Amino acid sequence: MSLLEIEKLSLSIGDTPILRDVELSVAPGEVMGLVGESGSGKSITALTVMQLLPWAARATGRVTFDGIDILAASEDQMCALRGDDIGMVFQEPMTALNPVKTIGEQVAEGIRWHTRASRADAEDRARKMLDRVGLPAAQFPLSRYPHELSGGQRQRVVIAIACALKPKLLIADEPTTALDVVLQAQILDLLRDLVAENRMGLLLISHDLAVVTEMADRITIVRHGEVMETGDTARTLSEQLHPYTRQLAQASMHVPARARTHEVGLDNPLGAKPLLQVDSVTRDYPGRRKSLLKRAAPIRAVDDVSFSIDPGQSVALVGRSGCGKSTLARMVLALDGPTSGTIRFRGQDIVGKSEAELKPARRDMQVVFQDPYGSFDPRQKVEKLVAEPLHVLEKKPTNGERREMVAKALHEVGLSPRDMDKYPHEFSGGQRQRLSIARAIITRPKLVVADEPVSALDVSIRAQVLDLFAELNQKLGIAYLFITHDLTVARAITDAVMVMHDGKIVERGKTSEVLDHPQSEAAKALVAAAPDLHRAIARRLQEQG
Amino acid sequence: MTLRFDIPRENFADILVKAFTNRSFLAGFVITVLVAAVAIVSFFWTPFDVTRLIIADKTQAPSPAHWFGTDHFGRDILSMIMVGARNSIAVALVAVGIGMGIGVPLGAFAAARGGIVDEAVMRLNDLVFAFPALLSAIMITAIFGPGALNAIIAIGIFNIPVFARVARAGALAIWPREFILAARAAGKGRTLITLEHVLPNIVTLLLVQGTIQFALGILAEAGLSYVGLGTQPPMPSWGRMLFDAQTRMVAAPWMAIFPGMAIVVTVLGLNLLGDGIADILDPKSRRQR
Repeated sequence: MSLLEIEKLSLSIGDTPILRDVELSVAPGEVMGLVGESGSGKSITALTVMQLLPWAARATGRVTFDGIDILAASEDQMCALRGDDIGMVFQEPMTALNPVKTIGEQVAEGIRWHTRASRADAEDRARKMLDRVGLPAAQFPLSRYPHELSGGQRQRVVIAIACALKPKLLIADEPTTALDVVLQAQILDLLRDLVAENRMGLLLISHDLAVVTEMADRITIVRHGEVMETGDTARTLSEQLHPYTRQLAQASMHVPARARTHEVGLDNPLGAKPLLQVDSVTRDYPGRRKSLLKRAAPIRAVDDVSFSIDPGQSVALVGRSGCGKSTLARMVLALDGPTSGTIRFRGQDIVGKSEAELKPARRDMQVVFQDPYGSFDPRQKVEKLVAEPLHVLEKKPTNGERREMVAKALHEVGLSPRDMDKYPHEFSGGQRQRLSIARAIITRPKLVVADEPVSALDVSIRAQVLDLFAELNQKLGIAYLFITHDLTVARAITDAVMVMHDGKIVERGKTSEVLDHPQSEAAKALVAAAPDLHRAIARRLQEQG
Repeated sequence: MTLRFDIPRENFADILVKAFTNRSFLAGFVITVLVAAVAIVSFFWTPFDVTRLIIADKTQAPSPAHWFGTDHFGRDILSMIMVGARNSIAVALVAVGIGMGIGVPLGAFAAARGGIVDEAVMRLNDLVFAFPALLSAIMITAIFGPGALNAIIAIGIFNIPVFARVARAGALAIWPREFILAARAAGKGRTLITLEHVLPNIVTLLLVQGTIQFALGILAEAGLSYVGLGTQPPMPSWGRMLFDAQTRMVAAPWMAIFPGMAIVVTVLGLNLLGDGIADILDPKSRRQR
C-alpha cells in the first residue's frame, strides 16, 4: 500500500487554477521524483501534502497519508504530523534556519515538541542526528549558530531537523539547487542513505532531470499544474514516449551549435594580442578582528592567478562555491582591486585607475549576473536599464538615438522593442536574463563576463539562453569569461576551461580535454559529482539488467 | 543599418489616471487640499476675529453661532482652528522639509562612502539625537529668541538625524544588490548611482517616515508653544489650543475635541497621501495594458 496517495487533486488560488487532477503516490522506502519547470505546481503539491497552503487556496480531490485524509484533517492533527511523520527540506539553506538560535536548539525543538522529551534527552538525540548527517561533535557542537556554517553544512542541519524523528515521508523541495555540484552529490548521497536506513518515502522535487534520474525510482513529470507522464524512471526517460518528456530531456542535454570554435590555448596567445591579460593576481581580505589591535591572518581569496583571453575566445572558469571565482571576476571587471598583480585589458592596465580613466575599458567590457531578479532596479523601465552602459560612451546619445540603440539590442536578444516601456517585474526569469544580455551587448563590448548566467533558469530556457550566448559569440565576436560550477554549461559553449580551487587555478586546457580527462583532484571531483542525464539513465538501465 | 520602431510611451495622462483611480491617494489628496484651503481662507476671512476676547461668551458649547463652541476667553474655536492651521502646518511641513533636505543626503552619503566617513556622519547624528527636541529648542530659542521661525528650525534640526538614519538604513540594504554592481560595471559613480538607483528605491520608506515626522512636528510645535517658545499669543496654534483645553476637559470638552480632530484629520490625510504616492511610484502597481 502506498504511504502517500494523491488522487485527482485540483487546486486554485482565487480564480486562478494552479493544479488540475494531479495523481501521485509514494510507497515506503521509495524515492519519487517530481520534475517540472518553475510555475508547474511542484512546490504547491508539496505544500498541499503539508497543508501549508496560502490562505486563499482551495483544494479538491483526495490526499491520503498513512490512512489519514489530509485535506479533511484539522490543524491540530496536521501539527502532530508535520515534523514528526512528514519532514520537509527546503531549497534555501541560508534562510531555512533561524539565525538567532543554535543548531542544537533547532534540531532539538521538534523532538521536544513531538515526543515531550526532556531537554537533555532531546539534545542527546539531536547530537546523534547531527553526527548522522555528517556534522561530528568535535567540529560542530550543538552551540554553533547557523552563520558559522557553510551552505552545505546548513543544508545538513535542515536535513537533521527534518529527519530527527525518523519521518515516514520526507519531502525535499529543490534540496540541492543552491549548492555547488560537489556538495550536491554529498547531500544526495546522504538523502539516499537515510531513505535506505529508515525505509522512508522520499518525494524529491527538482527542475533538474539529471539529479532526479540519479535518485528516483519513479518519476512524475508535471507541466502547468498537470501530470504529463509518470512511471519508472529509467523506462520513462529512455523511451521518452511523451513529447514533453522528450522536450525536457533534450533541453537538459542541449549543446548549442557553434560553427567556429576558437582553438588557441590559454597560455600561448598565437598571433593576435590577448584581449585580457591577468598576471599573478592575488586578493587578500583582512582577517577577523580578534581584539582591538589584533587581527587574524588575512584570508587569501585569489592566489597568484595568471591567464589571458584572446579576442572572440570563450573561456570557462569552473570551481566550487567559495573558491574565489566571483572575486576574480570582480577584479577583471575593475569593481574590486587586487592586492597585488596586474590586469591588462586591450593592453591597458586597469588596476588602481579612477572611474574616468576606466571609461574606455568599461565600454568594451560588460557583465551578466546570475540572478535575473536581483540584477535590475525594480523602479526603472527597461529602456533606462538596458541603456545604462551607454553612460560610458564619449558622446552621449540623444534620447532618440538611445531608444534606437535599446530597440536594436532588445531585437538582438529576441525581445520586442515594445518591451522597453515595461518594468522588469513584467518579465519572466528567462526574459530577464535576455534583458541582462541586451544590457551587456548594447555598447558592442569585446568581453562579456558572465557569472553563473544560466544556473537560475529552467532547462528549456537555459537551452535558449545558451544558444543566444553562442550566437552572439559567433555574430559579434564577443569573448566570454563564463563563471560556473555547472560543467554542462562549460562544455556547451566554451573553448577553454580553467579549474579554480582555493583561490588557485589548478588545471587549464581545452574544454573537452579537461572535462573528459581531468588531472587535478579538484577537477576530478567536479567531473565525478556533475549530474549527467546520459550517464544516469545508462546506470539505471544497467541496474535493472 | 538602422532599425525603425514605433514605440508607444507612457504619458503624463496615464499617470494622472493612475493617481485618481488610487483610493488612498484620492482620499489623502482631498483631505490635504481641504486643510490647505482652510488655512488659505483664514488669511482673508474667519467667522470671528481670533484676537478679540469676549469674556461674556467664554466656554460656550457648540451652537449655530459658534459651530465648534468658544474657549475660556470667548474666542470662536472654528476661527482659531482655521488660523491655527497655518502655523501648525507651516511649522510641521518646513521642519520635515529641513529634516529630509539635510538628513536624506547625509544618510545616503554615509551609506555610499562607508567606512570612516559613515562612522563620522552617524556619530555626529547620534550627538544631535542625544539632545531631546525640547532641550535643543530651548537652547536655540535662548540664543535667537522665541517665535514660530525658531521653533521651525529647532524641530527641523531634531528631524535631521531621524531621516539620516532611515535613509542610511534603506540605502545600505540597496547597495549590495546586484543591479548596483551592474551600474558600477557600467561606469557610474557613487553619486549617480545614489540618485538613479538608491533614492528611488527608498522613497517609500522616506515618505512613510515623513508623515510620521509631520505628526510629531505638530505635537512638538504644541509642546514648544506650551512652554512659551513656539507660536506667540495671540496667534493661535492647534497645539496651544490643546494645552489650553487640558485643564477644562470635563467642563468644556469641545475645546479639546475640535483641535484634536483637526490634527488627526490632517495627519490621516497626509498619511493617505503618502501611501497613495508610494503606490503610484511603485511600478508593480502599474495598470495592465
